[in-house]
Amino acid sequence: MNLMNTKKLKSEVEKIVAESSFCIRKDVFKLLKKAYRLEKKLKPKNALKLIIDNAVIAKKKSLAICQDTGLPIIFLEVGKNISVNSKIIEAIKLSVERAYKKNYLRPSIVDAVKRGKSSYTGALLHIDFVSDLKGMKIALLPKGFGCENKSQLRMFNPTVDISEIEDFIISVVKKAGPEACPPFVVGVGIGGTSDTALLLAKKAFLGRIDCLNKDKDLRLMEKRLLKRVNLLKIGPMGLGGSTTALAVKIAKAQTHIAGLPVGVNISCHALRSAFINIKL
Amino acid sequence: MNKISKVSDFKKLSAGDEVQFSGAIYTGRDQAHKKLVEILKAGKKMPLDLRGKIIYYCGPTATRPGHKIGSCGPTTSQRMDKLTEPLLKAGLSAMIGKGRRAKSVRLACKKYKSVYFLSPGGCGALLAERVTSKKIIAFSELGPEAIQKLEVKDFPLIVAIDTKGKSIYSDL
Repeated sequence: MNLMNTKKLKSEVEKIVAESSFCIRKDVFKLLKKAYRLEKKLKPKNALKLIIDNAVIAKKKSLAICQDTGLPIIFLEVGKNISVNSKIIEAIKLSVERAYKKNYLRPSIVDAVKRGKSSYTGALLHIDFVSDLKGMKIALLPKGFGCENKSQLRMFNPTVDISEIEDFIISVVKKAGPEACPPFVVGVGIGGTSDTALLLAKKAFLGRIDCLNKDKDLRLMEKRLLKRVNLLKIGPMGLGGSTTALAVKIAKAQTHIAGLPVGVNISCHALRSAFINIKL
Repeated sequence: MNKISKVSDFKKLSAGDEVQFSGAIYTGRDQAHKKLVEILKAGKKMPLDLRGKIIYYCGPTATRPGHKIGSCGPTTSQRMDKLTEPLLKAGLSAMIGKGRRAKSVRLACKKYKSVYFLSPGGCGALLAERVTSKKIIAFSELGPEAIQKLEVKDFPLIVAIDTKGKSIYSDL
């Protein structure tokens, strides 16, 4: 079993905190520029221009893309040839906290009941053990709450038509509206239990958004949904136009014969996230 | 794009107008709103006179040395809806945020001749370049949620609700 070099790990984690807050993902930037190119209406086109200019300024000046630097969520995928213990987990969480402070990001985390002064402490972490993986993958998803507040879960009957599920997803996007910072990336989780459906909806953001889903059923659903979402004409800043979402991404899991949980998570146009691939 | 610097000119604006504002705006979001409304209800002295002022729903990131301010885009206005009317009644002239508002806010804009502006959501780095100075005015214990006076130059805004109560969006 390989043990992690904690010092190296810490510096890598600190790097992705800065990267996720200051640099827009390549696939996301590509689709934003495409939306700008294709937009014909003046107001939404201007709004897309501001979003693109903002990304350039943020990177150049090491300024956060958005002042809501989010609640940092860490996703770990651990392979079979690596040993991970609580010390490693703590080191990752502490590095995130330290990097938030070092990079002048916003302390946005508070006690859920007392509220009080906000701090940098309280990053969330999810861990999966992956048998065909060597080494470890770390993804950081700082989630802003303008869009997080629009998350929804529905527990469907097992006999439901796919079209009803799609109607529900469309209704969530419609409700998210201008305040969740469109053009969105829509994450959907289908299956598992209530908690896994919502978690899958977030995990759906971690893959490339400019690539087709490998699962044929999901690929067709994503295609249909993206078309319908863009017919909502919410558009950047809610100013209309042809792009309300850049992509719809769906992930699924086995579920129970008696039900069908569907979780929907909305990401703003920045979809801040960054990744580390540790090969051992 | 119209340049504007006088609050008294806001009544000439119509929903959908794009303007660039230069002058003073005051950050204030959830907790600051809660406190201001409590002070108004108790009839105590306000930390700032709201008459003719503009509130910006914003909690910036920390400021890097050598910079005027950190990233400073708008937050979702909807959360301030229930706390808005008392501030308009106390003389607040305008609000800046993102997204739709409740019908009560739209009607209050008409009643008190106030304007609700949008600034571009998720563009905090770009907006930081339009801020020339900042100063804490009240509630410093709230950290990023403190009320700060920002001097801005050519701050890009869109009129979402005008003084006639006309909105570019449907009510929430």
